[in-house]
Amino acid sequence: MNIDALIDHIGQHTVNGLFKGSIYALVALGYTLVYGVLKLINFAHSEVFMVGTFAVLGVWSFMGATDGPTLPSALMFIVVGLLIAAAAAGGTALLVERIAYRPLRRKNAPSLVFLITAIGVSLVLQEIFGFVLAKFFGRPFGRLVVGMPNIVVSDPVIRLPGVDITNKHLIVFAAAVLMMIGLDQFINRTRYGRGVRAVAQSPDTAALMGVNQDRVIMLIFVLGGIMAGVASLLWSVSFAVTKFDIGFVIGLKAFTAAVLGGIGNLRGALLGGLVLGVVEAYSSSLFNSNWEDVTAFVVLVVVLMFRPTGLLGESLGRARA
Amino acid sequence: MNAADRLRDIDKRRQGFLNSMSDRWHRLSFGWRLAVILAGVVFVYSLPWLGRYPIGGHNYLVPGLYNLRTDTTPEGSNFPYVLFFCSIYVLIAVGLNVVVGLAGLLDLGYVGFFAIGAYSVALFGAPTSPVVGMLRNQFGLPQGWAVAWAACIPIAIALTMISGVILGWPTLRLRGDYLAIVTLGFGEIIRIVARNSSFTNANRGIFGVPPPPGTSGGEPLFNPGDPIPWYFLAISVTIIFILAVRVLERSRVGRAWLAIREDEDAAEITGVPSFRFKLWAFAIGAALGGASGMLFASRLGFIEPNNFQLNFSILFVSMVVIGGSGNMVGVAVGAILLTYLPERFRPFADWRPFAFGVALVVVMILRPQGLIPSSRRSRELEDRAKEAPANV
Repeated sequence: MNIDALIDHIGQHTVNGLFKGSIYALVALGYTLVYGVLKLINFAHSEVFMVGTFAVLGVWSFMGATDGPTLPSALMFIVVGLLIAAAAAGGTALLVERIAYRPLRRKNAPSLVFLITAIGVSLVLQEIFGFVLAKFFGRPFGRLVVGMPNIVVSDPVIRLPGVDITNKHLIVFAAAVLMMIGLDQFINRTRYGRGVRAVAQSPDTAALMGVNQDRVIMLIFVLGGIMAGVASLLWSVSFAVTKFDIGFVIGLKAFTAAVLGGIGNLRGALLGGLVLGVVEAYSSSLFNSNWEDVTAFVVLVVVLMFRPTGLLGESLGRARA
Repeated sequence: MNAADRLRDIDKRRQGFLNSMSDRWHRLSFGWRLAVILAGVVFVYSLPWLGRYPIGGHNYLVPGLYNLRTDTTPEGSNFPYVLFFCSIYVLIAVGLNVVVGLAGLLDLGYVGFFAIGAYSVALFGAPTSPVVGMLRNQFGLPQGWAVAWAACIPIAIALTMISGVILGWPTLRLRGDYLAIVTLGFGEIIRIVARNSSFTNANRGIFGVPPPPGTSGGEPLFNPGDPIPWYFLAISVTIIFILAVRVLERSRVGRAWLAIREDEDAAEITGVPSFRFKLWAFAIGAALGGASGMLFASRLGFIEPNNFQLNFSILFVSMVVIGGSGNMVGVAVGAILLTYLPERFRPFADWRPFAFGVALVVVMILRPQGLIPSSRRSRELEDRAKEAPANV
């Protein structure tokens, strides 16, 4: 226990935690959307994130990105990367739904069967990037870590006493909050969002009222995929590395975050992600970074013991009901 | 006819064959059943020599059976060694089946119990382990002293059962999907604790895990060089546990588990104390996982935290679900297939994870109830399919 180290740098740890937590939160949205509507843990979502990072890598090397470009070209890399990553991740999520989940939904299979299918799908996606493509094209595919160009050079733009907030922190945090607000408004205000909420509340009634369930389900997979795509761009900007199994740890954290906030609840995913990020940052300074996963899970268990449906409860269906 | 239809057709014929076999089995008289079981046991114990029978100093090769062995090429794995792993994985699958298949609780952290079993024999049985060192200093015991292998069995089983209860107590009140993430976290926590604590030697692992006692001709019977005694030990333990679980499954406890799996609220209303029985399922499943981990650690003689990665939990759940969750024969077949096939197809090593992923998806889409489903479970699934919402 190193309480002094935590107290002395609490501001910096909070900022770092919120920074990482924002990425968790964006990925957590994908879990929470699918769970809210289908009551299904989409374990393949972590691989959707991984595909996004490879899409970013692909488009950046196609455009000839290098370390530390000028501001206009950096902006262009970010915008194009965002579009491509969102498209690739959304497309992957949609494909997974069509190929793997739809046949099971027709049979109304129990959740365990979905789980195993999801695990199978994520193994297939990992192996495609970690092995099959490497067989034909070589690098950057394969089992090793791949470096990416460092588009944004870390630079402390805001200096408070004891806290440095870099431009990366600002980009990630602002983008995550913007995407969250956008998604929240989309679900709560638009016609499509109403369809999503209707199916989440009661699939049968929604079908009777003329909501096309298949379309709603495709929509939530695509939305979740887009959020994961944005997260993968932010990840690439912040850490500039990827790997065929990068999705695994992030997916695990994001899923924990979704459960922590109350799975099925969009605002819960944001809160859960940020809380998880901060808890991890604190615990790695309090103990050491080896124990941050343990702390994260212990916090999860404690929260679930007192609030069995997470911090904000499950409420995609019940929101504004 | 396209490929999917053809696959479905083959599967239907396979299912028909299984059903007729099962009918025939149920019509047999007791004497015949006993004879078949005995023949099966003899066959299981003769597996190390499958297709290559040494009679009178000469190896007789039986072509079809011989090709099933994994050591027909020089780089293949030792066949009795593969059999040993098959049997400890069958033990794991049977234990996990109590939790997942019978009680219907989704446990994604089963490797945690496997690890606790393995670490209890290592920590108490190995003379070099820090725990044994501490005990020696505490009680002034002689150098080289360690807890005997046989005494490690109750320690391992007690520790795994206690950890099952500790995990279950706060979490079994949660709904199914939450249980999945919490158990997954548990499996990770066990590994991380083993990796970062000084009492488990952290990343260096523990050497000198003791083998079971016994000598033959002056040599220790259970030595690393000869896998056949190990296979006999593992298969015997597995058979004993299978029989025990079978008795349990057909008792009041087993019926309570089924009731909880099918409808927990209804079970509770009709007087089944569901929390207590779920806790029992967790503890018993954990004990089987621990026993298996103990055999694993003794066989290897050395364990380290990386032996207990999260992927194993996923592999174990896949064994149960692919084989046919809820059916003991099914989960055993699932465990054997998922252990044996990767070894048999070692030349295609690089493609194996990919093939495994594809196989999981294909089997689940074609046969969500598993390859050899329990009849009750597949009826439940048929009911569910009928209840499927109209346009999903």
